[in-house]
Amino acid sequence: MATTKKFMYVNRHPPYGTVYALEGLEVVLVGAAFEQDVSMAFIGDGVFQLKKGQDTSDSDMKNFSPAYKALGDYEVNKLYVERESLNERGLGDDDLMELTWEDEDDDWSEKPSIHIISRVQLADLLEEQDVILHF
Amino acid sequence: MKFSVMVNEGPYTHQASDSAYNFTRAALAAGHEIFRVFFYHDGVNNGTRMTTPPQDDRHIVNRWSELAEEHDLDLVVCVAAAQRRGIVDADEAKRHNKDGDNIASGFRISGLGQLIEAGIEADRLLVFGD
Repeated sequence: MATTKKFMYVNRHPPYGTVYALEGLEVVLVGAAFEQDVSMAFIGDGVFQLKKGQDTSDSDMKNFSPAYKALGDYEVNKLYVERESLNERGLGDDDLMELTWEDEDDDWSEKPSIHIISRVQLADLLEEQDVILHF
Repeated sequence: MKFSVMVNEGPYTHQASDSAYNFTRAALAAGHEIFRVFFYHDGVNNGTRMTTPPQDDRHIVNRWSELAEEHDLDLVVCVAAAQRRGIVDADEAKRHNKDGDNIASGFRISGLGQLIEAGIEADRLLVFGD
């Protein structure tokens, strides 16, 4: 399949409470095999998906947050988090998981996958996409 | 134009499936191509033939089946989402030792790769849901 399109997965739901985040992540992991230009955005309550220290032991929900750490190995390494959404929820950069990827074009050096950007910057990124799937 | 359609919510509870159906029908009537309709999340519940709505209401599942028959539509139910929600075809029923299947006519069960392919192949992918 020669066509390369820009795919953006826009995550708007918190990790638990509904199944959207979990099933959205499943799409991203499967989609990674198709060698498209992939990015993810986290807006609204979706920013909670990347919060570090998630513990679901009291709710009997599956804690799938470790799966986000695998994204770098699948070459999904552009995770855009909207700064306004973080701040509106009392969260800062330090509250998020440290997600990294290894850049093979730069001697496999480890680089951060998470980029915190403004609402205006995210609007520009959305404009560039060919396919937007929102979860 | 070549469209793909994604349906993310179940029938009756949410209007997503109605809107997707109306769009698909209108697009076909206008001469456009529908590459695929992909059912995900609770949208997989649009693909069970056990659905029995009151007789004075629309039959959402049968409507999809009839449209598929008429236009040779590709209606794909995501296998992982379907397994969670108890939507099975004959093969899945056998594989998981279930006592029957419930997939509706015109629907088939397949993987998430079919959704990505639908996004790549179509000019536009339209998502119906919350």
